[in-house]
Amino acid sequence: MAQVTLTNVKKVYPGGVEAVKGVSFDIPDGGFCVLVGPSGCGKSTLLRMVAGLETISAGEVSIGNRVVNQIEPADRDIAMVFQNYALYPHFSVYDNMAYGLRNLGTPKDEIDRRVKEAARILAIEPLLERRPKQLSGGQRQRVAMGRAIVRKPQVFLFDEPLSNLDAKLRVQMRVEIKKLQRALGVTSIYVTHDQVEAMTLSDKLVVMNGGQVEQIGLPSEVYKKPASRFVATFIGSPPMNILPGTIDGPGIVALGDAILEARDLRADLAAGARVEVGLRPEDIEIASEGEAGSLPFDIEFIEELGATQLFHGQLAGLPFIMQAATDTISAQPGRLWISVDPDRVHVFDPATGQRLGL
Amino acid sequence: MVEDRRLGDAIAYVILSIGVLIVAFPVWLTFVASTWDNPTIINGQLPLWPGPHFFDNYYRILFVGTSGTTREPVAGMMLNSFIMAMAIAVGKIFISVLSAYAIVYYRFPFRMAAFWIIFLTLMLPVEVRIFPTFKVVSDLRMLDTYQGLAVPLIASATGTLLFRQFFMTIPDELLEASKIDGAGPFKFFKDTVIPLSMTTIAALFVIQFIYGWNQYLWPLLVTTRDSMQTIVIGIKKMIVTSDALTEWQLAMATAMLAMLPPVLVVIAMQRLFVKGLVETEK
Repeated sequence: MAQVTLTNVKKVYPGGVEAVKGVSFDIPDGGFCVLVGPSGCGKSTLLRMVAGLETISAGEVSIGNRVVNQIEPADRDIAMVFQNYALYPHFSVYDNMAYGLRNLGTPKDEIDRRVKEAARILAIEPLLERRPKQLSGGQRQRVAMGRAIVRKPQVFLFDEPLSNLDAKLRVQMRVEIKKLQRALGVTSIYVTHDQVEAMTLSDKLVVMNGGQVEQIGLPSEVYKKPASRFVATFIGSPPMNILPGTIDGPGIVALGDAILEARDLRADLAAGARVEVGLRPEDIEIASEGEAGSLPFDIEFIEELGATQLFHGQLAGLPFIMQAATDTISAQPGRLWISVDPDRVHVFDPATGQRLGL
Repeated sequence: MVEDRRLGDAIAYVILSIGVLIVAFPVWLTFVASTWDNPTIINGQLPLWPGPHFFDNYYRILFVGTSGTTREPVAGMMLNSFIMAMAIAVGKIFISVLSAYAIVYYRFPFRMAAFWIIFLTLMLPVEVRIFPTFKVVSDLRMLDTYQGLAVPLIASATGTLLFRQFFMTIPDELLEASKIDGAGPFKFFKDTVIPLSMTTIAALFVIQFIYGWNQYLWPLLVTTRDSMQTIVIGIKKMIVTSDALTEWQLAMATAMLAMLPPVLVVIAMQRLFVKGLVETEK
């Protein structure tokens, strides 16, 4: 298989719009890298540049130590799964999967063997003679995967492959994609705007915003130590609460009248400096009144999610959300005293949005 | 809303029937006239049912010809018309599918200029540019040839526009999937674009075949020899105004024969044709 390396890759459209502003990272052989970000952040453009569907304005993309900037998509040894599947409507499922191999001049019996094998893996054997029109969304998705598998490529590219499926099927296909990728061990790049997909699938998560990389890391790292305010609010659901605060001393921030301990905080910040404090709704703990580090939270209304409840209200006069397992807190509007583990307090620079961590 | 469906249906049927009668009656009359002999028709007392001369009249007109102004048998004229209509239909599809493919899928300098020039020909049908076109055709010594009949009518933008609109609805992802599957421009054209365009091609074929078959002005200009004339010209020549010697039964039989091929083409391609005009699903 192959390692994929991106070195300072840029995309400038004619007219001067910079869609990707110099991105560098690499994906180890067999790795599953997810590019995640809001729409228009350049993640799809980046994927299409790896695929060869967009020209690379500057920088270098290499697949398996071979620079592919000038190589045609067909010769890059990649396979791509598109958002709308892009199956050939006039071909049968079998022909859809066989088409790429035929164009490569693969012998007929080899094509037949590979298509049948892929169909077996994906459980679409009974559908081989059908046309895409006669398939459900989930089945089309499998055929699109099958078309990628039969090529035995060095890299799989996924462009939001699950966004046209309903929620239940999406979860099911997500698990299948992960299993399949593990089994085949093919290096994969996966683009999505869904942070749940991003967290669950990746072993390397790349968060993008405005054509730039905001953070690269293991999904758990990105969740635990978001490098910027953008990442902090983008990853995690419901999003992290961001409250204005000030530095009160080394490792201490003040939120209005309340004092909060933050373990991951730079020591060189002047007391009184303005900061932004991020608290995840799911990290909030219940405290008692007057306890050190406790904050008053005025609950206004409650959303039931089944296993958990979301408490909406105000903290220090600002909108605030906390999440708790159902029935741990009486579901009544009113004042509640809360606290947060100092390890789980995130502090950001209000001007740059960067994490003020150690 | 409550309404009397039966009354509504009945009214609709009555109106439809009147419409059908208005359209069909002259056709019926033509057919009836083509089965009687000339004196019956000239008497002005043409019955409303077919007469006994069906086989005589059709045999004579197809293989012998009239005794009047044009003595060519109609079989030859039908062949001329058929060759001309086929050449126009096939030639136009061939040219327009290729030009539309170039305009939609290739980025070349002056692409939009090329498109607008093609578009402009919509405003210049043969009738408008008839004199210069005639001059060109005659200078190229194409008078009285099939090329002369067909080529000037092939050059027009309708087909290119139709295919351009259709190609623009083919999702870009199909092109991208083809690229990744290693299909070059020609393979994409042959394996994906043409199969997807079949219904559009069928629709254009029907329209262009009928258009070519019904041409009157252009064949009148470029053909002088009787052996090259088309059936539409033939009908005109059979109807002699001054001498009242028109063999009406034969002219009517020719008219019936002239109607036949377009009808056959429409019937044969009806399903594809209708699909091609209303098709939206890709």
